[in-house]
Amino acid sequence: MKKKNPFSMQVDLDQFIPATAEEKEYMVKMRPPSTFFKDGVKRLLKNKVATVSFFIIVFITIACLIIPMVWPYEYDEQLGQQLFKPVDPSYNNLKPFEYGATELERIENGEKVFPHIFGTDSAGRDYFIRVVYGTRISLTVGFFASIIVLVIGMTIGSLAGYLGGKVDLVIMRIVDIIYSLPDMLMVILLATVFKLVFGDALKGTFLEAIGGNIISLFIVFALLYWVSMARLIRGQILSLREQEYVLSAKATGAGSRWIIMKHLVPNCISVIIISTALQIPSAIFTESYLSFIGLGVNAPMPSLGSLASDALNGVMSYPYRLVIPAIVISLIVLSLNLFGDGLRDAFDPKINS
Amino acid sequence: MNSKTMLYILKRILLAILTIWVVITVTFFVVHLIPGGPFTAEKAVSPEVEAALKEKYGLDKPLFQQYITYLKDIITEFDFGPSIKQRGRTVVDIISDGMKTSATLGLIAAASALVIGVVLGSVAALKRNKVIDRVIMVITTAFISMPSFIMGTALLLLGSFVLNMHTFGDTAGGLILPTITLALYPMAHITRLTRSSMLDVLGQDYIRTAKAKGVSGPKIIFGHALKNALIPVITYFGPMLAYIVTGSLVVEKIFGVAGIGKEFVSSITNRDYPMVMGTTIILASLIVIMNLVGDILYKVVDPRITLE
Repeated sequence: MKKKNPFSMQVDLDQFIPATAEEKEYMVKMRPPSTFFKDGVKRLLKNKVATVSFFIIVFITIACLIIPMVWPYEYDEQLGQQLFKPVDPSYNNLKPFEYGATELERIENGEKVFPHIFGTDSAGRDYFIRVVYGTRISLTVGFFASIIVLVIGMTIGSLAGYLGGKVDLVIMRIVDIIYSLPDMLMVILLATVFKLVFGDALKGTFLEAIGGNIISLFIVFALLYWVSMARLIRGQILSLREQEYVLSAKATGAGSRWIIMKHLVPNCISVIIISTALQIPSAIFTESYLSFIGLGVNAPMPSLGSLASDALNGVMSYPYRLVIPAIVISLIVLSLNLFGDGLRDAFDPKINS
Repeated sequence: MNSKTMLYILKRILLAILTIWVVITVTFFVVHLIPGGPFTAEKAVSPEVEAALKEKYGLDKPLFQQYITYLKDIITEFDFGPSIKQRGRTVVDIISDGMKTSATLGLIAAASALVIGVVLGSVAALKRNKVIDRVIMVITTAFISMPSFIMGTALLLLGSFVLNMHTFGDTAGGLILPTITLALYPMAHITRLTRSSMLDVLGQDYIRTAKAKGVSGPKIIFGHALKNALIPVITYFGPMLAYIVTGSLVVEKIFGVAGIGKEFVSSITNRDYPMVMGTTIILASLIVIMNLVGDILYKVVDPRITLE
């Protein structure tokens, strides 16, 4: 055999042996088929900030639902009030973990009294449960306002985008005008007026408990905030309707309704979800702002904004009454924003490509 | 400036005028939806007196005629009528009085937000992913998530407990905290805006060319990068003003500053309708005009931007 040149690149075949079946098995990587949604969730879970925010939101939501069921006090219960007796002022303005006069008596007698973790407010109401109810109201308003915005924005946006032509032109001019209205001032104006207009009409109906202000807040959202959602969806639809699958659907005889609902909307669903998620904190923001200047929920129902606003009067003596709702509201808005950002990073097809 | 730009500007101006008209119309008719006249909340007056009052304020005429008069008075004389609750003063008087304080507050806040925001944003972009960048981003995220009333009350507590201040808004020193409250959110927003557009600009070819030619670091930033990085900030001009106007409602309430915001909030609670209408229309028009200026500047400053 000819001696191999030490610098030759020629391989020596004897040094290679065929792989065993086991080794072959080892090399094959089977991965379960993945969908767009699964991929997105995986990316979302990798994002620690978004995951933590999500758990904070879930925790707060569950806490708001469960705590009112088990808590021994009511949000509108004035603890100093007793049958046939004047209101006991010792219950008003309790500091955290203090007790009122009759409660102290009961403790002396060996009874266990549930503590007022955050004390009571100036009307002798347990402050902790008020904060819980306030959070609940704020979350509810944020959630429903976003749903309203979503439904209206999606309907109008997809119609404008799909039909095009004159319909699109008219809708987009209306959108332009509403878009350039200063939203906050209009919200204040409408909330002021609707509060008075609906205040009497609602008396005696189940809507009274929600309060005219919240209803007017929803109406304001329905009137003003759908425009950015409509713009976004119209833009999406405009680019999607030129796709081949729309053409083929049309060729096989599908109607507009079918094409919008089955082809166009599902294809921009991720964009829709993301902007809805980011709409919630802004709705909560608006509600707390309105409550703060006195246009929010009706007393005695609390919201985080009205709790902060009420606390402002006694802020020198009871700063914690302001700090608590302030922290809760910042926490909710911050985690919703971070979660929304995480959703966008994980699900926005434009970012992935 | 070519004819296309002119056409765009003309279109935007028309849209702005239309928007202001919509604001006036909506405000007028929405306020007149309120059941009962402005005198129903007062002590019961005899029908003759009420009729006389209504005649004096022109409330006995049909609604549409009132609307035409209202619109005509605004356009020809800039007259928003008399305030109902503050006897002997017109809406314009009250607003221009309050505007002095509010405008000072707002302008200082806007200017400081702009300067500090641009500086912090540039620093964050230059020191990308370093500790200082992280710190700036965390702080600005926190500021963006905090409603202005919470920021305001936090600063109020700080001022009264730590700095031992007792009055706000009356003296120049008392305006410092309200100004900071108002400036924090736009500052945080501008910081983030500047950071992202600066990062964008720093990746451009002409920056690399400048570096390759041996231009010094500061000169690249101030001579080449900053000018281009600031273009997106211009678009924030209008929204920032809108934020400062609405933010001042809350800030003035918290700190007791005697400005237009406080007048507005109290006119809402007092049901002083001419005041509510006048303030809404004037502030809204201000915002619409500032948005217009911002938009036009944006298109004029950067010739690369294509017009719709």
